[in-house]
Parts: sequence; C-alpha cells; structure tokens
Amino acid sequence: MGLIKFLKEKFSKKKEEKELDKKENNISEVNEQNDSKLEDNSIKKEEDIKELNDNKDSNSDLEKYDKGLEKSRKSFANKLKSLSKKYKKVNQEYFDNLEEVLIEADVGVKLTLDVIQELLEKSRKEKLEDPEEINELLIDILFLKYVKENEDKNLELKFDSKNPTICLIVGVNGVGKTTSIAKLAYRYIKQNKKVLIVAADTFRAAAVDQLEIWAKRINCDIVTGLNNQDPASVLYKGLEKAKNENYDLVIIDTAGRLQNKVNLMNELSKMSKVINKLSPDSIKETLLIIDATTGQNGVLQAKSFYEATGLTGIIITKMDGTSKGGIILSIRDELGIPVRFIGLGEKVDDLELFDLEKYLYSLCINKE
Amino acid sequence: MAFENLTEKFQRIFKKLTGQGTLSERNMQEMLDEIKVALLEADVNYKVVKDFLNDVKQKAIGQEVLTKVNPSQMITKIVYDEIVELLGSNKTEINYNKNKPTIIMLVGLQGSGKTTTAAKLAYLMKNKLNKKVMFAACDIYRPAAVEQLKVLAKQINVPVIHEEGLSAVDIAKKAKEVVYNEHYDVLIIDTAGRLQIDEALMDELNQIKKEVNPDETLLLVDAMAGQNASEVASTFNEKVVLTGVIMSKLDGDTKGGAALSVAKLTGLYIKFVGTGEKISDLDIFYPDRMASRILGMGDVVSFVEKVKDTIDEREAKKQAMRALKGQFTLDDMLKQLKQIQKLGSLGGVLSMLPGMPKINDEQKQRVENEMKNFEIIMDSMTLEERAYPEILKNSRKVRIAKGCGKTAADINRMLKYYDQAKMMMKQFKNKGGFGGFGGFGGKFPPNFGGR
Repeated sequence: MGLIKFLKEKFSKKKEEKELDKKENNISEVNEQNDSKLEDNSIKKEEDIKELNDNKDSNSDLEKYDKGLEKSRKSFANKLKSLSKKYKKVNQEYFDNLEEVLIEADVGVKLTLDVIQELLEKSRKEKLEDPEEINELLIDILFLKYVKENEDKNLELKFDSKNPTICLIVGVNGVGKTTSIAKLAYRYIKQNKKVLIVAADTFRAAAVDQLEIWAKRINCDIVTGLNNQDPASVLYKGLEKAKNENYDLVIIDTAGRLQNKVNLMNELSKMSKVINKLSPDSIKETLLIIDATTGQNGVLQAKSFYEATGLTGIIITKMDGTSKGGIILSIRDELGIPVRFIGLGEKVDDLELFDLEKYLYSLCINKE
Repeated sequence: MAFENLTEKFQRIFKKLTGQGTLSERNMQEMLDEIKVALLEADVNYKVVKDFLNDVKQKAIGQEVLTKVNPSQMITKIVYDEIVELLGSNKTEINYNKNKPTIIMLVGLQGSGKTTTAAKLAYLMKNKLNKKVMFAACDIYRPAAVEQLKVLAKQINVPVIHEEGLSAVDIAKKAKEVVYNEHYDVLIIDTAGRLQIDEALMDELNQIKKEVNPDETLLLVDAMAGQNASEVASTFNEKVVLTGVIMSKLDGDTKGGAALSVAKLTGLYIKFVGTGEKISDLDIFYPDRMASRILGMGDVVSFVEKVKDTIDEREAKKQAMRALKGQFTLDDMLKQLKQIQKLGSLGGVLSMLPGMPKINDEQKQRVENEMKNFEIIMDSMTLEERAYPEILKNSRKVRIAKGCGKTAADINRMLKYYDQAKMMMKQFKNKGGFGGFGGFGGKFPPNFGGR
C-alpha cells in the first residue's frame, strides 16, 4: 500500500524516490507523472523550466511547507495518529471519527461523505482492518481525487516571448490579495521577468498605498490611479504601458468584493473583457485568492468568480495559521479549479508552488 | 452548489411520516441528522454541532408526550430556540462610562475587518449617539494600515493618534492620555491582524491592555470563517480575555455558522455585525435572525421588522382601502414601488423571504432595474394617464417613450405588470390580505423581471 510510505520516503532525507513501489499501478502512475513533470513535452519554454529546476531545492521547499503547515498539521495529523492508536481494529465508530477529522479540516460535508464511503468500500474489498492502513488509504483517496489526468502539471504562470502575460487577481475582502500580489511579483522578478503591478483596487482606503509600499520594497514597477477612479481605466493605462515597454508579466490588483454583489461582479467581468480586448494575444491568468480560514462559502466564492471572469487557478493564503484549508479540496472536487500557489507565511518569499504531495505530507503525516 | 434548504428537507422527510403524527426517537433521528448536515454546511464547528444536537435531543424527548404538533415544526422550533438562546440576548450594546472615556480595543486575524469596523463603529457612535470619538492607529506592521485608518477617519471627521517610530503600546498609551485630557467619550484602538498562535503579537495585545485598561476588547470574526473559527476565538479569549465579538462581512451569502461555534465555546456575545461596504453598514446583532440564517429558514423576522420600520402606515392603509374598492392606478403602483425601494435594496428584502428560493441574484438585480425603469417611464406620463392607463394608445406611448428615452415595448411591459398587479389586488380584496403589498410578498406576477 502506498502513498503515505511513498511520501515519507520521498521526502525523508535519504531520498530513494524512484525505485519505489513500481507495482502499484494507479498511484505510481500518478507519481511518475509528477516526477516527470519537468520533462513534459507540452511545455514550451525550456529555459524557464531549467531555471526553475535550478532554483528548486526540493528539501528547502519542503522545509518551508513543513514550517508553514506546522500548526495546521499538529491537530490534523495528531488526530489521525491518536485515532489509529486508539483502535486496534476499525469499526463504524472509527469511520465516524475520520469523518470528523475531515470536516474539521473544512473539507465539507459532501466530499467528506464521498471519501469516507469510498474508504469503506475499498477497505472492505481489500479486507483492511488495521487503522494505520486505513489512514494510508484515506490519504491515497484524497490524493487520487485531486489529481486529474491530462492536466498540465506545471503550475508556474505561463509565458510566451511575444506578449506580456496578464494576471488578474480576484477574491473577497480580506483574503490577502495585495500581499499575495507582492509575493507573486517577487517570485517572478527573481526569475528575471520584467514585472508590472497595476493597482486597480481604487475602492478600499489606502489599498494603493499598501501596494506602492510593497512595490518599492521588492523594486517592482507599478501603475496607479486615483481613489474611486474606474478600475478599468487604471487597467487600460497599465496594459498600454506593459505593451509599450515590453513587460513579461502584468499583475492586476482588484478591490475585494463579496461574490453576491452583482454590480461589483459585473465590474470585474468588464475588467476581464477590457483585458481580452486590449491584449487579445496575451496569455491570461486569473487567480482567485482563497483564505485558508474560509469555510464552505469558499465553493460559492470560486463558482461566482469563475462565472464572472473565468479562473485559471487558486492561491490559498494564510496557511501558516491553524486552519487546514480543506476547502481547496472541495473546490477542486466541485469545480475542478487547481491550486497554483500556497501562502505559507508573512514574508515576501513565503509563496510556493502548490504541491499536493507536500501539502498532504505536511498536513497528514506526523514526523516520528 | 444548490443545497436543499432545511425547510425543504423537512418537508421531504415529513411526507414520509404523514399519518404517523407523533414523534418517535427514530423519525426524530432522521431530522436531527438533517439538522446536523445543515449546521455543518453552515460552518458550525463539528464538536459544537455534536454537543448541541445532544442537548436538543434531550429537550425534544422530554417534550414528546406533551405536545402533539407536527414533529418537524416541533424540532425546528426547539433547535431554533436553542440557537437563539446560545447566541444570547440582543441587549448587548456597549456600556459607556459616564465620567471618563470608554476605551474599545479591536483584535483579530489578518483580513477580518478591524480597520473598516473601527470606522463604522466610530460613525455609529458619533452620528447616532453623539459621542466624541478618537482613534488610536496601532497597526504598525501592515503596509499602509495606518494610512487606511486615516483615510476612513477623515471621511467621518474623527482624529487619529499615531506617531511614526512609536511602538503599538506607546501609541495606545499616548492616545489614552489625549482622550482623558481632552474629554473624549470614546477611544477606538485598531490593532494589527495576528494569528492567535503568534506569541509575540499576542503579548503585545496584553501589554496594550495593561497600559490602557480597555472597557471592551472585541474580537472580529469573519462571517465566512470555517471550522477553525472556534479555535481562533477560544485562543484569543484565553490569551487576552475578550468582552465580545463583532462579526464582519455578513452581507455575503455565507450562512455564518461560526457565530454559533464562537458563542458556544467562549460564551461571548456578538455585539455588532458588518452588513456592507458603506461606513454606515454596521448593525446590532439579532440572535433570532442569525438562527434562521444558519438554519436556512429565511430571515422572516428581519423582513417583518424592516417592513414595519419603513412603510408609512397611513399611506399603506390608504392604498389598501383603494385596493379594496378595486381602484388601483398606475400611481398606486408607483407609490408601492417607491415604498419597496425605501426598504433598501430589494435584493436584500427578497432574500429574506423563505418562500423565494428560486430567485437568484441576477434575477433580483433585474427586478430592481425593472422597477427603476417603471419609475422613469411614469415620470414622463401625465397625471391623467397615470390614473387611467386604459387611455394609453399608440400615439401617447410614442410620446412617453420619447420623453423618457425608453421604447414602446418597455411601456407595454410596464402595463402588463400593472394589469397583473391589479389582478392580484382584486384577489386580495376577496381574501382580505395585507393591503400595501398587492404585487409583492413573494407573489410577483409570473413574468416579472424575466426577459
């Protein structure tokens, strides 16, 4: 049986990744896909990826995950572990307890019930009774439910050499859009991209000042407008500048808005249309920021923003708290939107590519 | 994710039970299971739900013999009452000191809405209670946080104490001196967002508390918060000792179950709720409304109250009388529409009605726009035309359309609505229903708002 062991060994200091468990068909296939993601033919710019590869020190990334998710993991993994110690053989009560663990991680009732049902069936079929094995199977199921075949495994923003990539950042109030933008800009400046920030949150008091301070700190160009100016006009200014001055990446901040405010959502659709019109040939990314402390409303958020602007991914923020961010699994399950980045702390370099293995590993597996 | 709401679920369960009439432990269990799911989907903490339902069960079993009502009504009532009780009474406003300034400190996670709420609180105190208010800007960490408070403060004309280079504790201390010396009524201290597990920052809060000894330490809880809200609140309460809670962003479509978790685990009351982006959008907290919201039963109480507040009763009566006599003119319809608009956003009113699950936000918006259109059209009509819409023939319609910049089709649509509203008024006449709301109250003419 395998994913847990696989993960443990993959990320333990010894690293004997590749020889593992080749027989397990499903899971190892997925793993192979992940292992070979950097050699994937469909990815266009090889230089980028090499650069990425060089930057990527797997162990230090893992440390960040480890540290960032320390608080979340404590309760989740401890619960799983103490459960498996408490029961010698699994029974209905054991499954009820697992249900509780998942729901408390904000995974949501529907997905939790699905997962537990699948767990019940599989464990019966394979005649598993040892709680440890059941826990492993649980993680396997979570993993396989998330992974989709034929999906680009490279989560970095996409670039082409001719036009700037336009990245629109959206989300409800207070989820960390502005901070995430600074982190994202910093990430790509480090990758030698010419980055422009567009401060199109003209509504919230001092939102522009906040972004200007960040831009200065990370030495990034920024386009701003006046308070209460139509955000689309700031956007226009930004896109013009990006085109004329050959930027690689434009990141656009938008005002936080609750997804049930029809007028504000229409405003966002309008911005999205402006982008399509002004930069028809650019690669467009629209990222939704989800706060890890968000409950089941997160699914409605994703759905409404998806309808308004389309979404190419999610950034989950504030994962350094005690929240587990299980809502991203629900969103993925219901709408298929992938998580691209994960915010693991308050510093500007605390934004990592989302790595499902590391996420589950850090969340679920207790270090001995 | 269209969840069946609880009322619908109960109706379904109850159908299976028709003929049984009384409550057995088994059929109660099925309903309790549905309530459990409803509460979990509303983000009430799992453990809270478990304890809560146990309590409910005990109470329900006790009452089983006494009452012979429909079991779903009975359980809903017990659950509802229990939630209302947990959420506390609505007499939880702030106690103001008589002879010295009242000091209020706002604390919470990042992005929970402290700064915005500080401004809303100040606005409320200043404009409604005539208090002299001052801010202390103690979020010295987040870029432009002080600037944000200053911008908001300027809008409502409230001074801000802040000094570059001072620690949060020193700023608070200084502000306390000023409000005492200059006889302010209220000092609102805005603090930096922090994780409840951040020892250093939690320590800072305690130091501020020690220095200024606030009368209220209020925790901001995001209405969209998930399972973890209970832990956040308990830890804040343990470490800094809170006196109450403010729930922010309740104008979203979240159920806000965190309110129940926090109340159950900390025993603290929610004093205010944030209900919009405007600076006046802060309301006192009504446990009964929150209970129906969490249960997904529609905010009937709020609706009734809102209606009561706004409708000019005499006007309503007059209209009702006319309607009863069958004299319902376009003018009456316009008055009706204006009253409805006075209720605030129609969307808000509609969403509070339990019988209207099928209207989505877009449709609501459309209904509202339609009303505005009617008003514009009618403004271009003569008094005679409004009183006797029958006389509207093509030439008049063309003139009106030109006058208001609409098309004849728009005018026809309005007239169609008018006819339907009139019909409904007649039906009311026969049944003797609530006067002022002929074409309203969950009974929009079928094609209204649809295009």
